[in-house]
Amino acid sequence: MKKLGVPIGVTLILLWCLLPVAWIISLSFKSEESITAGNPGFLPGEGTFAGWANYDKVLSDPLYDYFPRAILNSIGISLIATALSVIVATLAAYAIARLEFKGKRLVLSLALVIAMFPVVSLVGPLFDMWRTLGIYDTWIGLIIPYMSFTLPLAIWTLSAFFREIPWEMEQAAQVDGATSWQAFRKVIVPLAAPGVFTAAILTFFFAWNDFVFGISLTSTEAARPIPASLAFFVGADPFNRPASLLAAAAVISTIPIIIIVLLFQRKIVAGLTSGAVKG
Amino acid sequence: MSTTAVQTATPTSKVPKAESDRSKSENRLGQRLVLPSIILMLIVTAFPMLRALYLSVFDYTLTAPDDRSFVGFSNYVTALTDPLFWTSTGITVLYMLVTVAIELVIGFIFAMVMHRLIFARGVVRTSILIPYGIITVVSGFAWQFAFSYQNGFVNSWLPFIGADFNWFGDTTPAVIAICVSEIWKTTPFMSLLLLAGLAQVSEDMVEAAKVDGATWWQRLWKVVLPNMRSAIMVAVLFRALDAYRIFDNIFVMTAGAEDTASISFLTYRQTIEQFQLGMGSALSVLLFLSVLVIAFLIIKLFRVDLAAARQEG
Repeated sequence: MKKLGVPIGVTLILLWCLLPVAWIISLSFKSEESITAGNPGFLPGEGTFAGWANYDKVLSDPLYDYFPRAILNSIGISLIATALSVIVATLAAYAIARLEFKGKRLVLSLALVIAMFPVVSLVGPLFDMWRTLGIYDTWIGLIIPYMSFTLPLAIWTLSAFFREIPWEMEQAAQVDGATSWQAFRKVIVPLAAPGVFTAAILTFFFAWNDFVFGISLTSTEAARPIPASLAFFVGADPFNRPASLLAAAAVISTIPIIIIVLLFQRKIVAGLTSGAVKG
Repeated sequence: MSTTAVQTATPTSKVPKAESDRSKSENRLGQRLVLPSIILMLIVTAFPMLRALYLSVFDYTLTAPDDRSFVGFSNYVTALTDPLFWTSTGITVLYMLVTVAIELVIGFIFAMVMHRLIFARGVVRTSILIPYGIITVVSGFAWQFAFSYQNGFVNSWLPFIGADFNWFGDTTPAVIAICVSEIWKTTPFMSLLLLAGLAQVSEDMVEAAKVDGATWWQRLWKVVLPNMRSAIMVAVLFRALDAYRIFDNIFVMTAGAEDTASISFLTYRQTIEQFQLGMGSALSVLLFLSVLVIAFLIIKLFRVDLAAARQEG
């Protein structure tokens, strides 16, 4: 009994994590006709398998033009927001980990408050402000809120990493004849890079995932990101959501996440737990 | 580990003049480095929040911007006397209590399994990150289709439920479906935090209790859990506040039908869908205040020491 505990547990965890993913993949391969007719069950039944037809349709049918466009928006907006947020957070986290200054507590408290902020309570005024400023329904109109909302996580994760860096090594390098810039670049940057990279992944996840800002601060396909685009996904018949097409689109939007998780599992776990627990 | 870094930065040598110059320049550098973060965080939170406070005392609809008129607190009175507001608040608290409680239990079991794991660690941790990383809207759709009686599999897998049972036709089953989606998505985060907490419990103490004849349950309740108290509390605090903001799953799965609308959803509908910026702003302020109350209650009630948990706070 005792020996069985862990294998049973592992099986349960894997089932828990992968079942809905397997289900949406299965759904994405069912033919549109069979879904409209009602096709309960987990796997595509006899004669309802559609192959790649759904994927082909959401990526190239003019009716779903907005979806490839949403992929482009999501990639662009998320990457820019991530890069900028991590740069700004790195400066702050370095200061917090390394320097004594007035206002340190203020930054940390502000970050804590923002992490708890109910996002929806901001979209009304932001909607109004962005329209006045002319950045409603633009990339920049989403990049700014994404940056602000990912800063707390990035600052915590980074300052936790930076505290672990043995800063004395910088001085040791200087003693050995390196200039302070060389010492910083050759010693500290390589040590800090993994932390910065982890913060970037977590920030990217947030931006890729966001829904509230995405639906509130955009109105056309000019800037609408994937999650918002999925929520407004309608096919030829506006009263029947095209489930199998939507599933295909959902699978496509999940691919980047799966790739990042597969490649950087260790870093993500370290980042999540250090940012939130060790802090 | 944090103290060493700080100490090298501010050596406690007794050279008053040079030291004060140095600390002054350090002070300036530190403030300059955090300034961009502070400005960015304030642009998107403090300023809009003040603006919401201001707009909330007006009758202001975007479709008729010229008819803006000062109405004092009447938006708040309307909101607080409307049963819809209280239904939404009640259902939001319910979502929060149910999801956090279940996540805590399942998350802890998962953390225990992962803690005991020797091989296949990578596979399990990779899998557990997938729900965490997936777009909430996508998981909402996956579960909505799974519960659908036309296309889903849930009805055929659950023997005590009829094949044509409509999960989204009534409040209770719809709330269950929404909670399932929410719990699926966020349990991994909880379990990773608890796993980090478990790692901090000293094995020696557990062994000592075992030698003293404590049963598995006794070791769990008397040794393991008390020692990871701060990790549990921080996880609960963060998840609870996150759960209180529930929005994506409701938007996707029921669009607020059958009394499943959360307070966030109600606010969104007033502001963005119906363009009632005045009323919506009043709801925004109320939503913000209720989050503050919950944060305060959790911190006081469970005496969460955020300063200790964050080491700096």
